[in-house]
Amino acid sequence: MTATTPMLTVENLGKSFRGLRAVNQVAFTVPRGDIVALIGPNGAGKTTTFNLIAGALPPSDGRVVLDGEDVTGLGQAAICRAGVGRTFQIVKPFAGLTVEENVMVGALRHDNGDVEKARAASRAILDLLELGDRAKDPAQTLTLPDRKRLEVAKALATRPKLLLLDEVMAGLRPVECDRMVAILTGLNKETGLTILLIEHVMRAVMALSHHVVVLHHGEKIAEGTPAEVTSHPKVLECYLGEDHG
Amino acid sequence: MTALLQDRRAVLLLGLLAILALAPLAAGDYMLSILITVLLQAYLGMSWNVMMGFAGQFSLGHALYVGLGAYAGGALFVHYGTPPWIGAFAGMAVSAAVGAVIGTLGFRFKVMGVYFALLTIAFAEFTRVLFDHWGWVGASSGLFLPPAANNSPDNLWLLRGSTTMFYYVALAMTAAAFWFCRALLMRRIGYYWQAIREDQDAADALGIDVFRNKMIAVLISAAMTSLGGVFLAFFNNNLYPESIFSMHRSIELMLGTIIGGIGTLFGPILGAVVLTALGEGLTILGAHIGIDGVKQIAYGICLMLILVLKPGGLWPWLRKLLRLEGDAR
Repeated sequence: MTATTPMLTVENLGKSFRGLRAVNQVAFTVPRGDIVALIGPNGAGKTTTFNLIAGALPPSDGRVVLDGEDVTGLGQAAICRAGVGRTFQIVKPFAGLTVEENVMVGALRHDNGDVEKARAASRAILDLLELGDRAKDPAQTLTLPDRKRLEVAKALATRPKLLLLDEVMAGLRPVECDRMVAILTGLNKETGLTILLIEHVMRAVMALSHHVVVLHHGEKIAEGTPAEVTSHPKVLECYLGEDHG
Repeated sequence: MTALLQDRRAVLLLGLLAILALAPLAAGDYMLSILITVLLQAYLGMSWNVMMGFAGQFSLGHALYVGLGAYAGGALFVHYGTPPWIGAFAGMAVSAAVGAVIGTLGFRFKVMGVYFALLTIAFAEFTRVLFDHWGWVGASSGLFLPPAANNSPDNLWLLRGSTTMFYYVALAMTAAAFWFCRALLMRRIGYYWQAIREDQDAADALGIDVFRNKMIAVLISAAMTSLGGVFLAFFNNNLYPESIFSMHRSIELMLGTIIGGIGTLFGPILGAVVLTALGEGLTILGAHIGIDGVKQIAYGICLMLILVLKPGGLWPWLRKLLRLEGDAR
């Protein structure tokens, strides 16, 4: 793929649940090496859009193109193998395994399943996410902010080209949130990792993203730089109501 | 070697193996046959544990694979004189094939948890009915293996011989199964299984082929279990569909592992020892008291106590007590 091929292109993506239109005609691109945020009020269809991209749900219509390759409807595991790492909004740690083993599971697909190499990779990622000293603890003993970090660590261990982060800042204190922003910015700058994130914490959205896509009632209503989007009349309307003055 | 000796767990295991290897010097035939029961229970528990403990797929019909192995080994021996070690391949192949059918039905059509367990019971039950009416294997009147002539030398190849020989075979099978389970758990597939057990959806999101890995667990578990069935057929010399495929056996088979610790390596062995010791001890006690049914009631109460006090099984608790740190299993 050439440097100009977008990392992700979403074309006219749609999803209906028994007649309820959760996502309708959503289209956007995530350029290679960018950080793009997907925002919108509750029920806007952000997580559904994520699930369609990650293959957790099959789209009713539209296409998902990853790095020039059509991955529409491939299924979650296949799309992960194609290069998409995702986190879950409702965290899903492997509770009975240690923190280190949780991350190893993601890493084991590489290096012919060499367990010691996966362990080393896991340690490096955990150190990066400041979970290194919890490596040998059972994952079920982690606090929610640490579980959020573990979600990111597991996804990173699969060595994704595109990282999908579903509200990893939620529940973090401002200081922790800033740390996460710094870690993600660092990853993006150093490794060129492309990131698409859903986020409610505007502080993080502003600090992280190059580009913002706004969803409302399952449709895209605006996109642009963080500054453009936050002053867009339609965006103000959906967040604050029509008479915001 | 010194590194091995520094590992307390390895020392304990080797010590246990040495004691068990020397046991026939001190134990009589009765004691040995009890030890064989323990070993076989541990072996079958480990086999079930691969599917339930490692991969989290609940089978409530593992007697199916015991029976298929037992009948394959037994019937081929009775009809054609096929040595059990050859018959075992047939038994394992048939069991794996049946496991593949159950696995495909369950995993492709998303039959999960309790419903999957019901599916495994259904297969065990209708196989029992099938064998009850199948003349070639003796139907409901049973299949009998010709016992060895008195005082004939042990024949390991045909598995005809003394209790001591059966004891060593059971010990070798159990030790091999332990080593095999340990190897599985320490490899990629072991980590994949545990990930699937803990959260299938999250495992899927990490690129793991969930269906394939669950199927491998079923096939390995089924094949291992049926090898235990072959042993059982040659040790008991008689087979009845009523007992070999029974629900009772399926439950008994997993009880030791539940008591010892599901998903652990040593749990099935510990559970088998505890259950057998408990059963034998209470039988002796019951005979002294002289009231019928005391044994069953006491046995049930003891099991309930263990499960209430140590819901994760005895081994995780004992491991902490012995300060065997390190690996979480």
